[in-house]
Amino acid sequence: MVAKKKREDLAQEFIKGLWRDNPVFVQVLGMCPMLAVTNSAVNALAMGGATFFVLVASSFLVSSLQRWIPRQVRISTYIIIIATFVTVTDFTLEALVPTVHKELGAFIPLIVANCMILGRQEAFASRHSVKLAVIDALGMASGFLFALFALGSVREILGEGALFGVPLFGADFEPWVIMILPPGGFLTLGLLLLFFNWVKERKDRLAAQLAEGEVS
Amino acid sequence: MKDGITPAKDTEPGSTRLVATLGFAGLLSGLIIVSVFEATLPTITEYKAKVLQQAVFKVLPGISSMQPLAYSNGKLAAAGGDEAEEDRIFGGYDANGMLVGYAIPSAGPGFQDTIRLLYGYLPQERKVVGMEILQSRETPGLGDKIYKDADFVASFNDLSADPQIITVKKGKGSAANEVDAITGATISSKAVVQIINRGNQRWNPRFDVSPLPAGAE
Repeated sequence: MVAKKKREDLAQEFIKGLWRDNPVFVQVLGMCPMLAVTNSAVNALAMGGATFFVLVASSFLVSSLQRWIPRQVRISTYIIIIATFVTVTDFTLEALVPTVHKELGAFIPLIVANCMILGRQEAFASRHSVKLAVIDALGMASGFLFALFALGSVREILGEGALFGVPLFGADFEPWVIMILPPGGFLTLGLLLLFFNWVKERKDRLAAQLAEGEVS
Repeated sequence: MKDGITPAKDTEPGSTRLVATLGFAGLLSGLIIVSVFEATLPTITEYKAKVLQQAVFKVLPGISSMQPLAYSNGKLAAAGGDEAEEDRIFGGYDANGMLVGYAIPSAGPGFQDTIRLLYGYLPQERKVVGMEILQSRETPGLGDKIYKDADFVASFNDLSADPQIITVKKGKGSAANEVDAITGATISSKAVVQIINRGNQRWNPRFDVSPLPAGAE
């Protein structure tokens, strides 16, 4: 019974990042890479993957080292840890997938400045066990990846008439060039936020109605 | 594992401890970064060389071998490795070892950032026979047509550079040295043409005085 409850807790911790407290759609964090590199699905996935690795690895390390990091220098230490993983990711991507690395350009090093990553270290990983910290990081990173991919695929489908570079609509489709330009990013993000808020509001209202029905 | 490990003790640690922590973290981080850099460098360099070589073969159709050349002391010779970047070009040779033309790297300001490109050039006929963008940050969907628009790229496949290349509005181009600008990307199109013209300005006088490099394969 206890074990089952514990597993549910872990699942909750994961789902929190992926959906309920999604870093992009609910907390509205990490907007810089969100808007800058989501003009195609591949770029969004690569950026999401890089952030995923950095967040999970940093959370693991920060959580395991929390006893030895003095409180006064914790932020600097977190930044060193994050920057190390980011640089490792940067070189690895350049060696393994140079074309993607060329597209993402300056935005890989900028993961260091992604407030979502530092935020998770300070708010969660440094105060919880390694297991919980990794689960939390996995959830948040998946949520970020999912959000980037949602934005990237919508923008690529409308802006290029393709997904992963595969044409979807035939030659007659006139691409909405604005969708792969910065305004398209803001527009798509705004509409997605609207959608997520609508879903949330609807769920809350249904829950309220249900509660009322039970009372009466 | 127990959830909720007790946080580090709240007693004030000495500054030696703080310096030691950061110093150790920095040292470790440096070691990791250097080793990853060393491990990935060969792959990265190899890839860059491969991309450049492919570009040379693309902008000089019909060549079967290439060699890096450099201009120093008034003549072109096989590159030694210590020449300045702007004095280096590539010679393309056919199956019999005869010089076909040169692949000239050139760079200049684009709409957003520096555009770096490579173009194939036949100095005797003063003709551009191919163009490949190596690096650019032009606007996606508009300026990036300088390498995504097949018609625009193809217009450099047989282009007279005498006296120089001119950009004209779409559909107006008729003379052998005119290029149709891309609608919506006039600045980027003009930038590409200017970069090539600038490369020719620098290299044309050098070709006239220099004999074909001897001993080249």
